[in-house]
Amino acid sequence: MLLLAGAVPIDDPTLLIGPVTYTKKGITLDGRELAINRGNEAMMTSACITCQHYGVDAPMGMVAGDIGMRKGSEAIYKYLAEHLPEMGAKVMTLHYVMPDLKLNKKVLATIDTMAEKPALIADAGSMYVAKAGGDAHYYDVFTPDLGEVAFLADDKADHPSFTRGFIFNMEEDVPELIRRAYAGKNATKTMFVKGAVDYICQDGEIVDTIREPSIETMEPIGGTGDLITGMISGMLYAGVDPLLACRIAGRANRAAGELSQPTPATQVQEILLCLPQALEKVHKDLGV
Amino acid sequence: MKWFKKKEKPSQEEKSDQQDVTRGLLIFAHPTTVIDVEHILREEGYEIRVVSPPPSYRTGCDLSVEFPMEAEAAITELLNTTNLTPLDVVPITSEGMEPLHFVRKKWYGKYLMVRAANMKITVDTETKVVVNISGGGCPDVPYLATELIGQRINEAPDLTEVGFSLCAYSLNTAREELVREIGA
Repeated sequence: MLLLAGAVPIDDPTLLIGPVTYTKKGITLDGRELAINRGNEAMMTSACITCQHYGVDAPMGMVAGDIGMRKGSEAIYKYLAEHLPEMGAKVMTLHYVMPDLKLNKKVLATIDTMAEKPALIADAGSMYVAKAGGDAHYYDVFTPDLGEVAFLADDKADHPSFTRGFIFNMEEDVPELIRRAYAGKNATKTMFVKGAVDYICQDGEIVDTIREPSIETMEPIGGTGDLITGMISGMLYAGVDPLLACRIAGRANRAAGELSQPTPATQVQEILLCLPQALEKVHKDLGV
Repeated sequence: MKWFKKKEKPSQEEKSDQQDVTRGLLIFAHPTTVIDVEHILREEGYEIRVVSPPPSYRTGCDLSVEFPMEAEAAITELLNTTNLTPLDVVPITSEGMEPLHFVRKKWYGKYLMVRAANMKITVDTETKVVVNISGGGCPDVPYLATELIGQRINEAPDLTEVGFSLCAYSLNTAREELVREIGA
């Protein structure tokens, strides 16, 4: 099972768990319709499209409403800490959630008890709390953007907002930020760094970069990074090697951007509509 | 011979205990409360710093205000009268980290994107309408996006009222820079 977990922007912390289905309007999970927004819903939709592309089961979603008051995020952490071993997750992606060092460590302690541990992907708040807790080694893939890789590179920062100025100003030198993130043991075995140039890293080395097509107007659009995380999740579940999954996801994201002809005002839903076609194209181009 | 024994150096912990405690920290439930507190205390002329709290108070998403201990009574009274009562007030001997205030700007024709730390906000500079919010990882970010996108920058909800996280704090830093650049 592919388990996708994270908070959604509704003011109701009730935990919803169930298979994720999607339409052009949004996703349905445990009988509740959720509009596609940046964040978990975009990531989940992207994962659904990818699972469909590879002919594997739809993902299982676990969400709770949290608009910053922590209750929904706490419900997610607590459920995972108590029930993850019996859920049968082969791959688990943790995404937008309020960072909580103690509760995340409880989830990781539960994972320690599992004979068959799920592959772990983290982005957004889940990646922040993993790094702040010194727990990056538990995870298989991180998908930071430029601001976030600067945070991973700063061994003193607990949150991207605390990244020190001299590191924030190193952004012209992304390979140095990546080197620092690995040196500080704050990076994962496979890591996808999203930006004007995408960097794909394996065991501390940059093994691939993606520069084309260059769609500058994708940077302001909220949720484009979430599509990458969703695709990588779906591909890992379908048995694709993490490194190849990153290579495909980065190219498919750009292809979808190119197909949607975005402006800085475009919303992520419009790019998501182009994702099935983009995945087809990239598989054909790469011959995989 | 005992009397020749060198006096042992004090441990780091002892050293820290021996330091004069001249600064304290105001701890709040949400990082964005700190924005209001910062404005009020600076306007009153207090020398304060917005910093990360000590490890025992850290959850992974928090912010506190460092202040001179001699002003504790006056500051707490002032905050009580403005309904910004801190959760806790603690003395400190070590310095916390300050949040990032560097911003980057990028123009896309009539659109301007401003980024602070991991948060980006983009406006149509002709209409001053917020057209996108990107980045971030705390759960109020998607909520803030739904609240702000489509609103004129001067009519959009106050982030100190609708945001609760460090990502919201950084988004507010970006929004303030945007207003400085194009006006409200």
